[in-house]
Amino acid sequence: METVLTTHFADDGYRRIDAYRGFGGYDALRKALSMTPEGIIDEVKKANLRGRGGAGFPAGVKWGFLPKDLSRPRVLVVNADEGEPGTFKDRVIMARGPHLLIEGIAIAAFALRVHLSYIYIRGEFVREARILAEAVAEAYEAGFLGKNILGSGFDLDLTVHRGAGAYICGEETSLINSLEGKRGWPRLKPPFPAAVGAFGLPTIVNNVETLADVPWIITHGGEKFASLGVEKNGGTRLIGVSGAVNRPGVYELPAGTNLKEIIYTHAGGVKDGKALKAVIPGGSSTPVLRPDEIDVAYDIESMAKIGTMAGSGGVIVIPEGTCMVRALSVLMNFYAHESCGQCTPCREGTGWLKMIVGRIEAGKGRAGDVELILDVCDNMMGRTICPLADAAAMPAQSFIWKFREEFDRHIGEQKCPYGNRF
Amino acid sequence: MSVAFSDTARAEFERLLTRYPDREAVILPVLHLAQREFGFVSDEAIVYVAGLLGVSPAKINGVATFYTMYNRKPVGKYHVQICRNISCSLLGAEHLIGHVAGKLGVKPGGTTPDGKFTLSQVECLGSCGTAPVMQVNDDYYENLTEASIDAILDKLA
Repeated sequence: METVLTTHFADDGYRRIDAYRGFGGYDALRKALSMTPEGIIDEVKKANLRGRGGAGFPAGVKWGFLPKDLSRPRVLVVNADEGEPGTFKDRVIMARGPHLLIEGIAIAAFALRVHLSYIYIRGEFVREARILAEAVAEAYEAGFLGKNILGSGFDLDLTVHRGAGAYICGEETSLINSLEGKRGWPRLKPPFPAAVGAFGLPTIVNNVETLADVPWIITHGGEKFASLGVEKNGGTRLIGVSGAVNRPGVYELPAGTNLKEIIYTHAGGVKDGKALKAVIPGGSSTPVLRPDEIDVAYDIESMAKIGTMAGSGGVIVIPEGTCMVRALSVLMNFYAHESCGQCTPCREGTGWLKMIVGRIEAGKGRAGDVELILDVCDNMMGRTICPLADAAAMPAQSFIWKFREEFDRHIGEQKCPYGNRF
Repeated sequence: MSVAFSDTARAEFERLLTRYPDREAVILPVLHLAQREFGFVSDEAIVYVAGLLGVSPAKINGVATFYTMYNRKPVGKYHVQICRNISCSLLGAEHLIGHVAGKLGVKPGGTTPDGKFTLSQVECLGSCGTAPVMQVNDDYYENLTEASIDAILDKLA
């Protein structure tokens, strides 16, 4: 099977620039510098490269949003604030192949006429930030960053910037505020970052995996990349499988690989020979699936058709015997903790969801609580500056729609039938 | 009691300033630096950082309190942070948190009387494929079991 990113990840030395160059690393940058910026953007459009951070927006189209006017400097910000529960793929890229990302940044920056770039990495990833900083220093030393890159006259500065613990900063406008040294509050749009972003400058924010795919696209061509995946969803994806499976981990698979195959063939099936109870398919925010729904192609369109999302590529496997109310309670605690507090429907809504789901799990649920949860969700979705409210409401709704009887039983029996534990 | 950066930290601060088009963009990195220098982000540290950047202490405090990694109160020498989110919970994180609480004799949020360990429950650490996971200071410990946690904590004790 063709791989774009993980081909040499088993090799510990690959994180160093010598090994990376030994495998043809930075040849794509050299090639890109001989192309026109428009030519590079065209290849990325042909590649059907969809943003890998969760929203799945076409990367080439996003790049096209920068103003034509070049009088103001522009900024490329890499979103390495990997924080969606169940998602742990960008960490692998940064730890095992940091130069893939740096080369992707350099190519994208040249295409976007950017001379200033930041990698915003979540604060907890201290080790990965160190690896990245070392790789950035190596790239400067070798002339792939800095002034007059490879004699092309193109300059680029790149800095690794650590966050400090806030899920919300994965949202791009919150990330920009955080980069500027502010509280990570999302911004009202418009203006969109492409017009007014970091430091008031036109800004593109791209996910780590998205940019790490770019060197391969330049080397092999956009059409070849597109052909690895399915229509409208090119290339491979790094899919992180976690929870109760025999072989949890990150798997690089063609976009559109069957979800059931991901869980049973690649991740080895459910742990301890248990039956499957549920799957959260694309990070904790994405609507949950029942076992009879997982025979589906894992690409953006196919997942949307069944009412959920491939999101950030984090597949969470829930085995039989798990209390779904307790599982939802864990998620609701998380969203209540991470709401930035700026918008009332989210600040209050996540708090109410945490409280109501918590009391149902504790055996103190009241008649009408399930309807109350759904009502709170209705008052959150689409009513806030950023999608965190939706991210909290979607699991709440879908857990109820698909596992309603467990909620009713908790309320009816005034206790957790699973004994208040996982 | 006022505080001040060491020469090394001061040099790091000056280097940071060269990396951004705006001085205030260094607030997060400088708060990380302050925490490393002073052990936690004390009121004095807030005032010091504000002075370095020429902004109000209220602004720095507003930023420092938004992010979970800045400790506004002292923590133990080892800050044991166990993930309680979904993938870790599915593989026994709640049980492990109870185990560590029992072993250290503190509740989550508490510090041992000798100041050695602080126990915290944290949200997703982004290492779900190797759950259950904890972070102790800068380091991740993955695929945890009761026995492996015991070994790690005993080594640090």
